[in-house]
Amino acid sequence: MAAIEWTPFLLSFKLAGLTAAILFCIALPFAWFLSQTHSRFKPFLEAVTALPIVLPPSVLGFYMLLLLSHNSPIGEFLESHFDIKLAFSFTGLVIASCFYSFPFMVQPLQSGFEALNPHMIEASYLAGKGSWTTLCRVALPNIKPSLITAIVVTFAHTVGEFGVVLMVGGNIPDETRVASVAIYDLVETMDYDRAALYSGILLMFSFAVLVAVYFFNRRHNLRVGSM
Amino acid sequence: MLFVDIAKSIKGVDGTVTLRVKAEVKSGTFVVVMGESGSGKTTLLRCIAGLEQCSGTIAVGEEIWQNEHKVLSPKERNVGFVFQDYALFDNMSVKENLLYVNRDEALAVSLLKMLEIVALSDRNVRTLSGGQKQRVALARALMRRPKLLLMDEPFSALDPRMRRKAAKEIVTLHKRFGTTTLMVSHDIEEAKTMADEVWFVEKGAIVCHSPTYLDRLYDEER
Repeated sequence: MAAIEWTPFLLSFKLAGLTAAILFCIALPFAWFLSQTHSRFKPFLEAVTALPIVLPPSVLGFYMLLLLSHNSPIGEFLESHFDIKLAFSFTGLVIASCFYSFPFMVQPLQSGFEALNPHMIEASYLAGKGSWTTLCRVALPNIKPSLITAIVVTFAHTVGEFGVVLMVGGNIPDETRVASVAIYDLVETMDYDRAALYSGILLMFSFAVLVAVYFFNRRHNLRVGSM
Repeated sequence: MLFVDIAKSIKGVDGTVTLRVKAEVKSGTFVVVMGESGSGKTTLLRCIAGLEQCSGTIAVGEEIWQNEHKVLSPKERNVGFVFQDYALFDNMSVKENLLYVNRDEALAVSLLKMLEIVALSDRNVRTLSGGQKQRVALARALMRRPKLLLMDEPFSALDPRMRRKAAKEIVTLHKRFGTTTLMVSHDIEEAKTMADEVWFVEKGAIVCHSPTYLDRLYDEER
């Protein structure tokens, strides 16, 4: 049996964990804002959020590369002042993944907030509470299935990311060669046995994650329904 | 004293009309707001609470809640509000619903005792009946010791026996807490027994009556 090198998987999980954690902090207030606002700019913001879903990963990857390369103002500033290189580095991968997976965190959270009884939110304001307290103590605990879906799907989606990762991170062993890139590399070198093994691991992982989410949501719905 | 002088465009049964309300209510008065569906009763309550924007002035006692210079947000207005669907916080127990508003444990326990739901303190609110939810919503609305209590058809989900019991409890609490209370209702008999003053919302304006006017209306309806 072909030997498994675990580093690409560990890199993938590290990347997915960091992306999910960062996106949770950014997307949570943004999704809350989108769910509460009546601004005429809301469709524009929603369209920008959903762009990574419809854009080819190569297009997004190309723009990310432009943004993060040392020729861009941001890349140049970070490199000259802090000696941070974003293109073809793990840090750059995390930033690119945050853009790529943004809609997968925002959309379930926004849907969850919009499905809440608006009177419940108003009751919290009338209780003298501000937006942040209402979000953390009333809104979030009442959208648990959406919350779990957002975090888990973002994590799983980042693990399975390929196009953007390859364009922004390249294929540097122990640095940016995540599992999906490793599989591509193995196929290119015609190491089909290991490619099949790696693919099988990712397939099982993705399936297990989705089953866990659906089980949780089913259990939650049954519990709420029986009350 | 509650002073209201507001205008608000609403989509009513006869198309868009402007709801114009100018009224003064003495402290401690119980007002029942009546009128056809879509006449603007709920909108009036929501405007007073700050949940909907309107133009004009709203003042409670010496405190200006809204005028041409400032508009207080709902959280800045010390108002108790009972929603038609009660809008309890589903993730909390009965007692937690009350303590979320104000961490005054003694007040929470005394309200739960007054409303005879102290045994339900630790129950999740999702498991309660309509009548129990209504009492929790009322108790929660009083946790800030509001000067003004607004109730939007609080009995709509209750059966007739529960309605009578709940009506008595509300009047008792209204007196004990000394609130000025505005309650939306469709029930003439309920209004007769509870109200010091009755407002009819008709064609975007309110017409004030004493409860004795309702006797005639009640006879006509029978």
